[in-house]
Amino acid sequence: MKVTIDGQEIEVAPGTTILQAARMIGGESVPPAMCYYSKLEGSGGKCRCCLVEVAKGSEADPRPMPKLMASCVTGCQDGMEVNSKSSERVTEARKSVTEFLLINHPLDCPVCDQAGECDLQNLSFKHGKSETRFIEEKRTFEPEDIGPNIQLHMNRCILCYRCVMVADQLTDNRVHGVMDRGDHSNISTCISKAIDNEFSGNMIDVCPVGALTDKTFRFKSRVWFSKPYDAHRNCPTCSGKTTVWMFGDEIQRVTGRKDEFHEVDEFICNGCRFDHKDPKDWVIEGPRKFEKDSVINQNKYNRKLEPVHIATEDKILKGREEDRKKISMVKIPLSKEEEDEFKKGNL
Amino acid sequence: MNIESISLSGRKKMVSNKEMTFLEKMYLVAIIKGLFITIKHLFRRKVTIQYPEQVREMSPVYRGQHQLKRDEEGRENCTACGLCALSCPAEAITMKAEERKADEKHLYREEKYASIYEINMLRCIFCGLCEEACPKDAIYLTTSKVLVPASYEREDFIFGKDKLVMPLDVAIRNAQLKNAN
Repeated sequence: MKVTIDGQEIEVAPGTTILQAARMIGGESVPPAMCYYSKLEGSGGKCRCCLVEVAKGSEADPRPMPKLMASCVTGCQDGMEVNSKSSERVTEARKSVTEFLLINHPLDCPVCDQAGECDLQNLSFKHGKSETRFIEEKRTFEPEDIGPNIQLHMNRCILCYRCVMVADQLTDNRVHGVMDRGDHSNISTCISKAIDNEFSGNMIDVCPVGALTDKTFRFKSRVWFSKPYDAHRNCPTCSGKTTVWMFGDEIQRVTGRKDEFHEVDEFICNGCRFDHKDPKDWVIEGPRKFEKDSVINQNKYNRKLEPVHIATEDKILKGREEDRKKISMVKIPLSKEEEDEFKKGNL
Repeated sequence: MNIESISLSGRKKMVSNKEMTFLEKMYLVAIIKGLFITIKHLFRRKVTIQYPEQVREMSPVYRGQHQLKRDEEGRENCTACGLCALSCPAEAITMKAEERKADEKHLYREEKYASIYEINMLRCIFCGLCEEACPKDAIYLTTSKVLVPASYEREDFIFGKDKLVMPLDVAIRNAQLKNAN
């Protein structure tokens, strides 16, 4: 089936949703998603952030769809034409949705541990207004202890149901869920039970906001101060492939490896996440890369630095061939590759 | 006319390597000329001051020496969000956060506070970006005409919370002033 999103054509298999097709194309036209999570079955359709305009329904029925469609739950049809970023209506709708999501969301980013890797923060940065029109009091809940590892801040929750689906699909018995209705709906455990399932920690990773955060990392650091590395260990319960966030020699927290859409590649177990904070437990593979404009990249130099090459200034930058000899630590020879680069004047 | 002979700046001078005459080789005229310049400056107004004894007047808009503010109730504003450290171009600021205990509500305004907050005054360039980045109005460059005092030890230039946090009596006075108005 052929779909066109923002003028870019792509061939997709039947059953693909518009959001998945847009993610295959990538770039600017990918709609933001707060509740949809590709690894969780049945997620999506709740937050309305991913609304898109369908300008042409399909080849058989070319009429445009009258309303904006939630792209995460709308299937592609052959010959469909979708406007995501290029539509004025969509931009307007996303602005409104962002405003609605922020109505009850407290402005405590300076305190929140999720700040810097928060989906709602990104969304409001892109689509939000800088001032609020909401003058009523925000909805608040009593703090509740839901276990030794996970910290619940119900005030920050946007009710995306991702954590409920994690508990349903990864763990064998779910002890928490959404209680009450409407404005009062809140995430809570059934009769103050502690969440202690071996895979319950993944709730922290899937939470798009700071409603569920790591208690072992609580207020330890801000995400952009610690250095993320890909690491793995031999874990009997999960794949053991994680990102460790280090500060000096200390592992401050362990999370799953999140891709460009902030979805974890593989779910990890609580043992890896909470109990193994010794660097000796992990084999570190290398620095974890994040998207270009992420705040996590601040003050980190893990991008490959290429020497600037200006043809006219070649001589000035690299110097004369006869001047090029190793001055410091002459006794230690350069390796073969290093020597080639050195001869070219790149070292 | 070619490009070499045109002076675009108007300051182009021809330099010659001509042989000096005997009189010029004696340097007598040159020495007298130089001495004349020296003596002339003896009678001019001095541009330097005797620094530690004399101090220059500060500009009225001078901003220096940071302060971590307290609110009207005397609680510290800073919540250790790290934005000042992030924005600092000199990487002078470090901090460590801690969770506020139940009996410390009168000390700190937010749930989280900075247990360690240090500014390396040797690194600080007084650009004021920390003040601009602060979402809680906590850090300010004060108008106090205090420069960083000189010292022999490097450690003395790392200002901790003891030197940075606004004194409690100032906070009380501010609150009284605000109530009076």
